Amino acid sequence: MDINHFLASPAETTRRTGPHDKIVMSSRVRLARNVKGLAFPGWAKKAERVKILDAIRPAVETLPQMQNAFAQSMDNLSATDKQILVERHLISREHAAKSAGSGLVVNRDESLCVMINEEDHLRMQALRPGLQLKQAWVAIDQIDSDLEKRLDYAFNSDLGYLTACPTNLGTGIRVSAMLHLPGLVLAEQINQIIQSVNKLGLAVRGLYGEGTEALGNVFQVSNQMTLGETETDIVDRLNKVLLQIIEHEENSRGTLMEKKPKMVFNHIGRAFGILANAHSISSKETMNLLSLLRLGVDLGQFPGTEKSLIDELFIITQPAHLQKQFSEKLGAEERDVLRSDMLRERLLRVSRPSTKGIGGGATGQTN
Amino acid sequence: MQCMICKQNEAKVHLTQIVGDKMQKVDLCEECAKAKGVNDPAGFSLADLLLGLGASKEIEETAGGEELKCPRCSFSQADFKKSGRFGCSECYQVFAEPLEGLLKSMHKGPRHVGKVPQALQKSRDLFERLKNLQKKLEKAVTAENFEEAATLRDEIKTVKEKLNQVPTT
Repeated sequence: MDINHFLASPAETTRRTGPHDKIVMSSRVRLARNVKGLAFPGWAKKAERVKILDAIRPAVETLPQMQNAFAQSMDNLSATDKQILVERHLISREHAAKSAGSGLVVNRDESLCVMINEEDHLRMQALRPGLQLKQAWVAIDQIDSDLEKRLDYAFNSDLGYLTACPTNLGTGIRVSAMLHLPGLVLAEQINQIIQSVNKLGLAVRGLYGEGTEALGNVFQVSNQMTLGETETDIVDRLNKVLLQIIEHEENSRGTLMEKKPKMVFNHIGRAFGILANAHSISSKETMNLLSLLRLGVDLGQFPGTEKSLIDELFIITQPAHLQKQFSEKLGAEERDVLRSDMLRERLLRVSRPSTKGIGGGATGQTN
Repeated sequence: MQCMICKQNEAKVHLTQIVGDKMQKVDLCEECAKAKGVNDPAGFSLADLLLGLGASKEIEETAGGEELKCPRCSFSQADFKKSGRFGCSECYQVFAEPLEGLLKSMHKGPRHVGKVPQALQKSRDLFERLKNLQKKLEKAVTAENFEEAATLRDEIKTVKEKLNQVPTT
């Protein structure tokens, strides 16, 4: 089956809602597992990796949670399809670079995704909209418990689940949330927040995880340590920190609207102006401006416009999603033109940002 | 943000690592990242980058100059230095000693306190018991000890039923 027929449209997926989804775009819990006695994917020769994939794939596919799932070997996916999966946050960029001997299983509603032979034999993740770390942990814990009956895991009572990289050793868990933090960025408080979160032993990364920029003011916060702490303690700890970050983001939005509403309106108004009128625009600029539009929707500047429209544009304007809509191969410049055409068209029905009754003091009222 | 190495191009590769209470940040442009082998794990000590600077050195020192090598997958200390990752699950036994100090600085504690594969343990125990019972049964039958054989058959039946309750592929 074609992955594009399988995946729900971004218009549909962005309508999924969850707690605190103004700020927390999604929650994710990932577990790393390996099969005993076999070389890790990065060290195994190709023939061995193919064998491992052939052994693991049926075990995953026959899970009750994976009924009607999409399962495919990475060499059967085109470069564009792999990039689409990255843009949907279903697979890592590292996994997108894999070919024969690596595979992928995604369940029907795209809430569970298992990468086979990424850095470890198994990288399985549960995804939820909004802040739902506990629910994501429960879901992936169940998958893991079902899989351990089918596969002989590499496990050691002292070191826990054995992983290719010692940074994942023990629980093999990575709990993370994707946060939209335009308030903290505009208030120039984001670096302080990142530093204090780092001090707690948590990592702050960009939109696509390790080594990426925080495009569109989107940050990923996750645990770093995996050994010497239980899964539920890690989930609880991260949850607490996230609730604090949410509060800080809300506070800085409040303070900005109180003290510098003109600055905020200026950013949002200009973002709308460019997105609604440009005739060529890069993916990076689009994401950064859409982030401001999303903030405008949160602040009530775009009555009648749903946050889901902005989130949908955020996905469909990215390179692979854009490419997929056209049969011929597009160059970067052609993409920039087609992206701007799409944005102008989709923003036609969105009225100019209003400032009526928004913001503190009299400054908010004078246009 | 500028690249830390050439101090000219914009940094596009950002790596952050917390070791204990120390934070290490590396910001590189694509060219320098490539030159340093960050894109090519074979050429650069990712062990240092991923696990904190000095990680591969620590492994070397604890090993006392002797090159450790996994007998199962032939993964060596030099390979670890290059990739920061191990070759197979048995490498953890080979590199156990030098790894100990590293794990302490990297993680909350040196021992696993999380989930344990319960079902696996349970079905394994049952399977072992079944094998034992079948051996005993053979002996009993050979010895024409039919009374014992009958009891053993009943026991085998219960264990098999229990094993069947644990779903397998």
